[in-house]
This record gives sequence, C-alpha cells and structure tokens, in this order.
Amino acid sequence: MENLTAGTLFFAAIFTNNILLTNFLGLCPFLAISRDKKSALGLGAAVVFVMTCTTVLNHLVYYRILMPLDLVYLRYIVFIVVIAAFVQLVEMIIERFFAPLYYVLGVFLPLITVNCAILGASLFMIIRGYGLGQAAAYGAGSGIGWMLAIVTVGAIRDKIQKTARLPRGLEGPAITLIITGLMSLGFMAFSGMIQIQ
Amino acid sequence: MVQWLADILIIGGLTAFLALLLEIAHRFLADYGECRILINGQKELTVTGGSPLLFTLGQNNIFIPSACGGRGTCAYCKVKVLEGGGPVLPTEQPYLTQEERETFVRLSCQVKVRGDLKIEIPEELFLIKEFRVRVEDMTDLTPRIKGLNLKIMEPQEGITFKPGQYVQLEVPRHGKVKEPEFRAYSICSTCQEHGYLELMITRVEDGTVSSYVHQILKPGDELTLRGPFGDFYYRDSDKDLLLVATGSGLAPIRSILHYLAEQGISRKTLFFFGAKTRDDLMYLDELKGFEQTLADFSFVPTLSRVEEGDAWDGERGRVTDLIKSRIDSGRNLEVYICGAPPMVESSLALLLEKGVPEESIFFDKFA
Repeated sequence: MENLTAGTLFFAAIFTNNILLTNFLGLCPFLAISRDKKSALGLGAAVVFVMTCTTVLNHLVYYRILMPLDLVYLRYIVFIVVIAAFVQLVEMIIERFFAPLYYVLGVFLPLITVNCAILGASLFMIIRGYGLGQAAAYGAGSGIGWMLAIVTVGAIRDKIQKTARLPRGLEGPAITLIITGLMSLGFMAFSGMIQIQ
Repeated sequence: MVQWLADILIIGGLTAFLALLLEIAHRFLADYGECRILINGQKELTVTGGSPLLFTLGQNNIFIPSACGGRGTCAYCKVKVLEGGGPVLPTEQPYLTQEERETFVRLSCQVKVRGDLKIEIPEELFLIKEFRVRVEDMTDLTPRIKGLNLKIMEPQEGITFKPGQYVQLEVPRHGKVKEPEFRAYSICSTCQEHGYLELMITRVEDGTVSSYVHQILKPGDELTLRGPFGDFYYRDSDKDLLLVATGSGLAPIRSILHYLAEQGISRKTLFFFGAKTRDDLMYLDELKGFEQTLADFSFVPTLSRVEEGDAWDGERGRVTDLIKSRIDSGRNLEVYICGAPPMVESSLALLLEKGVPEESIFFDKFA
C-alpha cells in the first residue's frame, strides 16, 4: 500500500472506507450518543483528536519498541494501554487548563478509551503497513469519517424525533441501525474509487 | 522460558512507566487545593478538591444515596448545586427533568469539586452519620429475639431520626467472617431520645450478624452503625391508623407508638401483632399500657400456633385473619405494615381489596 499518498488515504478514510460505515467499528458510543447533534459533534471531535494522536503514538510504539524487541504479538495489549493512558492524560490537561472545552468535549473522553474504532484504526495501519505520515493521515481521516457518520445520524435522529411517529418497537437503537445500514449502502457505493485493502 | 519472562518484564515496565506518568500528572494537574463547601447555608466543610462531590461528601460523613457507585447511571445522588458546579454535563442531561435543571439539581457523582461550592441537600441526608455505640444492656425479649440497648458515644450530639427508620449495624471481623458486614435493623426506641437507641435482633440460623450478636456480643462492647435510613416512617394525617406487625417487625411500630404517646396524638389506632406461640410475644405489658396512655388505641395480639396447655384467651390465627374479620372499609385508613415478606404481601393484597388507597399503605419487609 506504499503507493497511496497521505492525501488520498485521508480522503479514502473519510468517504470510501469510512471506519464506521464500512467496518462497523465504534458502534456502541455511536448508538448511545447520536441522540442529538450537539453531543454527537462533541464526541466526534474528541474521537478525531484521540484517533489522530493514538495512531501516530502507536505507530511509534510499534516500530520503535515492539518490533526491535520482537514483541509484536503483544500489540493488542500495548495499543489499548497506550490509548487508555493517553486519553487519561489528555482529560486531565483539558480539565485543568481548558475548562470550557472540557464541558463540551472532555466528558466524552473516558467513553473513547473503549471505543473499538480507535483500536481498530491502530491495528489497520499495522496490517496495511502504513508509514508514519500515512498513519497520521489515516487516523485523522478515520476520525473525521466517524464524526461525519455520527453527526449525520444525530441530525437525522433529531429530525425524526421532532416529526415522525415511529412504531414503539423501532424507537431508539432500532431505527438508528436501520438508518446506519442505509447510509452504509450509500457510502459503499464509493468504495470502488480507491482500493485500500 | 527466558524469552517470555523478558517479554513480561518489558510489558510490565512499559505499563508501569505509563502508570507512573499518569500518577505524576495527576499529582500536578488534578491538584485543586483546598475548597470550601457550604451546605444548606449552615454547615461549611473544608475539603481537598479534585474528586467528585459524591465522594468528597462521603469522606466527610455525609452519605448521599448512590447505587451505581458514582458512574452516573442510577441518578440517586441528586443534590442542588447553587454555586460553583459549572454547566450541566452531557452525562447528566438524560437524568434531569426540565424542572430539576431550573432548580440547579445535579448528579453529585458527575460534579467535580474544583473550587468553592454552595450546595443544598435534604435535611435527612444531613442526619445520616456513622456512630460509635456501646452496648449498655442486652435482654432476651423472646427465645429468638434479643433486645440491644446502645449508648451513642460518638458523635456527641447523638442521633436524630423519624419513628420507623432503620440503621445499618456493622459487625466486625470475627471467626470465619473475614470482612466487616452490615445489616439493617429498625430502631425500636423513641425518637425523642438522641443519646440511646434500642434494636431487636432475631437469631437467624447461620446468619453472620445475628449469630455474632447472640453468641459473641456482650455488654460493654463497642459497635459501629450508620443511619438513619428508610422511607418507612410515621406520617402526620387525620386518617385512622392501622399498624400490623409480626415478630421483630414490632421494632419500628413500637417506635411509632412511643412517638404517638409522647406527642399526644389522638388518631384512632388499631395494632395487630402476630406471633407463633406465647413465648414469641414481647413487650406485652408496655403495648397494653398504650391503651391507657393513648386516646383511642386498641392492641390486638394474635397467636398462630397456641401450644397445648396454654390458657391463651386472645385471638388465634394470623394477622391477615384479623384484617379480614376486623376491617370493614379501608377508605379512611393509613396503614403501616412490618414483618416477614409473605405476611406483608398478603396483607397488602387484602388491604387493597378492602379499599385502602395504595398511597396510604407503608410497609417494610424484613428478610
């Protein structure tokens, strides 16, 4: 995959290979927080930030520490520990120095530690053998893609809540999954444009 | 062998390094110094900031109810934060009604103490404390029930509770019991007395707490208890009162009766007290005595298993039989039931049938 430029990869991660809509990763916070646009935007922004930073961090950890020490088989544990520690640290810093930002975004940070899309992005970049620049672009793109999906669904759910009368059995997660499925079909239509797998 | 030992060491070292980093960051970043919390405009606490309000209050012996342990899912820990709480967090939004938002209600597990706070909590929560008590006296009320008379050593001001509420008694480590255990017991003495309280403790086969009390505890020993808790307590109204108890379910009812007598409350009151045999009846003279001290009170004990040769001339059968035969219409009744769960369930069903409004029935199940 060396031939893809960082820019193409960035674009692909948002549209043609959206981590939520084509890989279905990070669905739990997606279902829980997509009730309204505002929260969805906050959580989405937090995911973009954390995903970009952790893919870069994990890239360094993998190629500088795990590879030389022949510990590649432990990458799952190491990656998740790095993500958890990073999220904690960022939460503390934001809470202390950027209080207004904390109220909008910071409270979602602990939720992200266990967002599988974050770990997924780190693992994909290893499997597909990205370089550092590509990894950063892929991380940022995946984060933005995830945010795009959750904000869109948040807006649709907002609208549905105000205008449509749903059958009881379809309320909440049920209709969200149906909407996600339809959106996923739409996004998959782009998937022929760039082959990244 | 050596290879995977080295692997474990490296991974351990890596995680330890990250943990250390976080610990250092926590030391410097999450240090909010001393904060003052003003509660209900009267009491002021000086605390170390940085933790959620729920835990900070707990460390200062103010126990806000919480079932989820501070994860923001049970919504029991609501308090009013008038100043210093910051904006309502998205994690609290789903649990607050519009009215609660307008009156500054917050989830105390989500509000972090970062500066001086002004909060309001229900008076009752303010009264919940941890007490050190000394056993003054132990009496065998029945062959299975022991009465404990406890003197409150700490805090000095003693306990304030509503008649009918309970406390949680801590039994220390002993024998096979490796961890301290808590059990709830209703207070059976009068709420006018703040320095002493009485409990009734039934012996349960293999029950850790009850066997400790029955076999090991002796006068002079010290214990810890927390309270008062519970919403099974006497309410003022002008409806007629029906009290129903079996066994040690008498405890909260006795406290209520003392309260009625001391306050000179003259509501028409009927008390059905059920036991198996005559040996299981307790405080008979005192309970009969209330017929003199209270304006309109009748005490009806009933035995479900009268032993042979016992010249019992009172009622026979269960308390539910009394409800069937003695209650005509329940419309003007307020009922307090306390005892074993099956008794409470069947009484409840009967009373609803008799027309007692559901909101006028209060009950406490003793498991």
